[in-house]
Amino acid sequence: MDDDRIDQIIDRHQGEASSLIQVLLEIQSEHSWLPKEALTRVSERLEVPLTRIQHIATFYKAFSLVPKGRHQVNICMGTACHVRGAPRVLDTLQDLTGIQPGETDADLKFSLETVNCLGCCALGPVVEIDGTAHGKVSPSEAAEVLKRYE
Amino acid sequence: MAELRMQIDGREVIAEEGMTVLEAALGAGIEIPSLCYHEKLEPFGGCRLCLVEVESGGRTRLVVSCVYLAEDGLVVRTRSEKIDKIRKTLLELLLAHAPDAPALQELAEEYGADRNRFEKEASFCVHCGLCVRYCAEVKQKHAVGFIDRGIGKEISFIPEIAARECPSCKECFPLCPTSYLQAAYVLVEGLAFPP
Amino acid sequence: MPQLSSPADLEQLRQEILSGRDAERPCITLCSGSACLATGSGAVAAAIAEELEKQGLSDRVDIRRTGCHGFCERGPIVVIHPEGICYLQITPEDVPEIVARTIREGEVIERLLCVDPSVNEAIVHESEIPFYKNQTRHVFGSNGSIDPKSLDDYLAIGGYSALSKALFEMSAEQVLEEVKRANLRGRGGGGFPAGRKWEGSRDAPDEPKYVIVNADEGDPGAYMDRSLLEGNPHSVLEGLIIGGYTIGAHEGYVYVRQEYPLAVENLGVAIARAEEHGLLGENILGSGFDFTVKVHQGAGAFVCGESTALMTALEGRVGEPRPKYVRSNVKGLWGKPSVLNNVETWANVPLIINRGADWFTQLGTEGSKGTKIFSLVGKINNTGLVEVPMGMTLREIIYDIGGGIPGGKKFKAVQTGGPSGGCIPEELLDLEVGFDELTEAGSMMGSGGMIVVDEDTCMVDFARYFINFLTEESCGKCLPCREGLRQMHKILTNICEGRGQPGDIETLEELSEVAIEASLCALGKSAPNPFLSTVRYFRDEYLAHIEEKRCPALSCKALISYHIDPEKCQGCMICLRKCPTQAIEGGKRTIHVIDQDKCTRCGSCLDVCPDKFSAVRKISGEPVPPPLPEAQRAIAGKGKADG
Repeated sequence: MDDDRIDQIIDRHQGEASSLIQVLLEIQSEHSWLPKEALTRVSERLEVPLTRIQHIATFYKAFSLVPKGRHQVNICMGTACHVRGAPRVLDTLQDLTGIQPGETDADLKFSLETVNCLGCCALGPVVEIDGTAHGKVSPSEAAEVLKRYE
Repeated sequence: MAELRMQIDGREVIAEEGMTVLEAALGAGIEIPSLCYHEKLEPFGGCRLCLVEVESGGRTRLVVSCVYLAEDGLVVRTRSEKIDKIRKTLLELLLAHAPDAPALQELAEEYGADRNRFEKEASFCVHCGLCVRYCAEVKQKHAVGFIDRGIGKEISFIPEIAARECPSCKECFPLCPTSYLQAAYVLVEGLAFPP
Repeated sequence: MPQLSSPADLEQLRQEILSGRDAERPCITLCSGSACLATGSGAVAAAIAEELEKQGLSDRVDIRRTGCHGFCERGPIVVIHPEGICYLQITPEDVPEIVARTIREGEVIERLLCVDPSVNEAIVHESEIPFYKNQTRHVFGSNGSIDPKSLDDYLAIGGYSALSKALFEMSAEQVLEEVKRANLRGRGGGGFPAGRKWEGSRDAPDEPKYVIVNADEGDPGAYMDRSLLEGNPHSVLEGLIIGGYTIGAHEGYVYVRQEYPLAVENLGVAIARAEEHGLLGENILGSGFDFTVKVHQGAGAFVCGESTALMTALEGRVGEPRPKYVRSNVKGLWGKPSVLNNVETWANVPLIINRGADWFTQLGTEGSKGTKIFSLVGKINNTGLVEVPMGMTLREIIYDIGGGIPGGKKFKAVQTGGPSGGCIPEELLDLEVGFDELTEAGSMMGSGGMIVVDEDTCMVDFARYFINFLTEESCGKCLPCREGLRQMHKILTNICEGRGQPGDIETLEELSEVAIEASLCALGKSAPNPFLSTVRYFRDEYLAHIEEKRCPALSCKALISYHIDPEKCQGCMICLRKCPTQAIEGGKRTIHVIDQDKCTRCGSCLDVCPDKFSAVRKISGEPVPPPLPEAQRAIAGKGKADG
């Protein structure tokens, strides 16, 4: 992502330090991750120490400091889904993709995350892939669902 | 400046407006244990060792004295069965990280803290924040900061800034109660400083 | 768009909208909240539009995509007006029939109706469905009637009349008095009296002042704020502006978790509409009162639901809470007086202003007035969002509205208050729901999450789940929370994995006490609650895990074994084929045996064994019976059909 694009986003928020999180959210949303160069640019423009930005980028789980895969796999680990067996589904997803939550596989195909409550508790356990929610997923069905994604 | 009259452990202590209870106590020669307090730094309130009992307006409660502002008429107790029990457990939690840290030994003995109570943790860092805060507030270089949160929270140097600033400074080194800081610095120096 | 510059303008516009609407005109409303969207209501909406077009009815029948109706278990939900016929679990395939028979001919399609299990009768009208009949939907009810993206719809149901009344017929002091008399307590977790909070800010001699909507809704399993913001954002805005007027704040913030993109979108649309009409901005309705609203998104941190952490996040920092020795209504955002309240709290304000504190206090218990929206989820038949008066019993909510526990399983506990709350066991089911009542029982109201668990849920693992959640969500600044939870999680994990030791419960209790007394913020102070409440009511489960290495709920993987009963197994090979680690030996008509060394306790065999055989069982705390010798494993067949 080039500096111009980053500057545009910063200017849209009037270059205010209090908008730091909103700026980073926009960069994350467009670029799918936050490269170090982007953080450095934001640090310069908003006149905020890089340590503060680094803390924000690691404290808040919406941000990724590493590139993401083609397909974002989110499994809900909220209480209702937990009670309906989400941990077993997570185990299966980990086995199938070879990665842990927070990681991306070496082919940059899947990124796996746990999320806390997608608000579809009636469908639990829920696995959301690229924004589409798959409900009532059992461990054996998880494999079927993942196969549909290239 | 208005004068505030307080009572700490039965002694009368005069404080200035804007002082914290800890500052007032230390000024009067009354000891209250703490790990994360430093006179040159803004209060942090992280270690909670400086907990005291305060009584004001008919209410008694436990507060953290490095943050709580002195009040006129405040009655303060720095030791009690409850306070001591809490400090003992807090020390045991710290000792799980740094059982041999000199800064903790005397306190551990005084409060009867058992260094083996909890399973040992891998990291020596006790999260006092002195290094991060000193570099930010006193030196204003921001070479080291915190990352992540919860049990994943750690200190982290910014290699480019550290390479530039630290070799001629290292004023934060003596502040670290467990020497974890020095170890972290050596690692980042060896692995990540720009060539 | 001419701005509304007086109450008269507002009323005129409202009358214009109402007179342009025909109550008898057919309208198909389709729930389009996030949960129904996840079950496909988007496709249903497209199908309805297409079918109406095909049948030449597009200009005679309206479609209204509304907010969440609350009966999430049975979505997508369609309600046909003016008759009020309610159809559940609609798919695009049902649409042609609905248009042809119900819209054209006025016929009711029985198979799409809700069936009341107690009388086995189909119910036509939404309001008669037991799930809805027993609710009191003062705040949430409007969701079903309005398109959240339409200001006209909100005006049509009386929207912004409370704002007009507050600005022109009441002084700020009078509004404050009304809110105080109503005893409106915060619906986000703390249950603090809103009127008292507002008064503190109003009296604080500092400027500028701020009002803030806490829409972080971090409790997993709670999604009522989401549905309110998605389905009726104007109700929240109206309450917020009234709050600003009362304390003298001219700037408001809505902090929404970024996991709620539809809420952010609908809120943005609502703000834009309100600004266009002079209901936000300078000189609102010609009153001389200025007020603007900004939306900030969260970035994935549960701790930001804590009020001081939220304010710190609004300042563009990490969400680390601050000590509350000076309350945030005096020194809050940027050190200025700030009133922070939850979404549902703000949504109650227009109702209180319009209908009065006396009306509001008719419902509820001594200390808890009005209604509360709960998200009823977990092991429950009718999952969804329910709004009931304070004082209704848990039994009524779980059985009369929730329809009880699915699969004929036994109720075990209901967890309220999210990760800061606790479990209420069966013997307390007649507890009247209220702030103080729940706190006394060892739990709390929290934001209104109500998670039902049954006999298959291990309460020790449940506590471990919450503590684990909190170890990751804690900001990590203070020792008692960060390190205390770290050790508590370790001990609870050890207990669940068969490594529990005598003295563990006492150590957990001591760590709990330290967290409660010494933590910096409410996250740490309430973190031990899930453990404390489960050990209070289910101590026997803890003792079984520690002393007998047995999990009574047959849930903890390390403490259970799967066993195929040789008396029941019919050798059908279904489980054998399904086992992911090929741990089952056997063949057609040969008794199957699980190799315990290969078994990963995934539970697939139990899931797939045909009900009529039910040959797989879980055992815990006792050794697995040795397998029959191979020679004895043949099943004498008499041509029995395989499963």
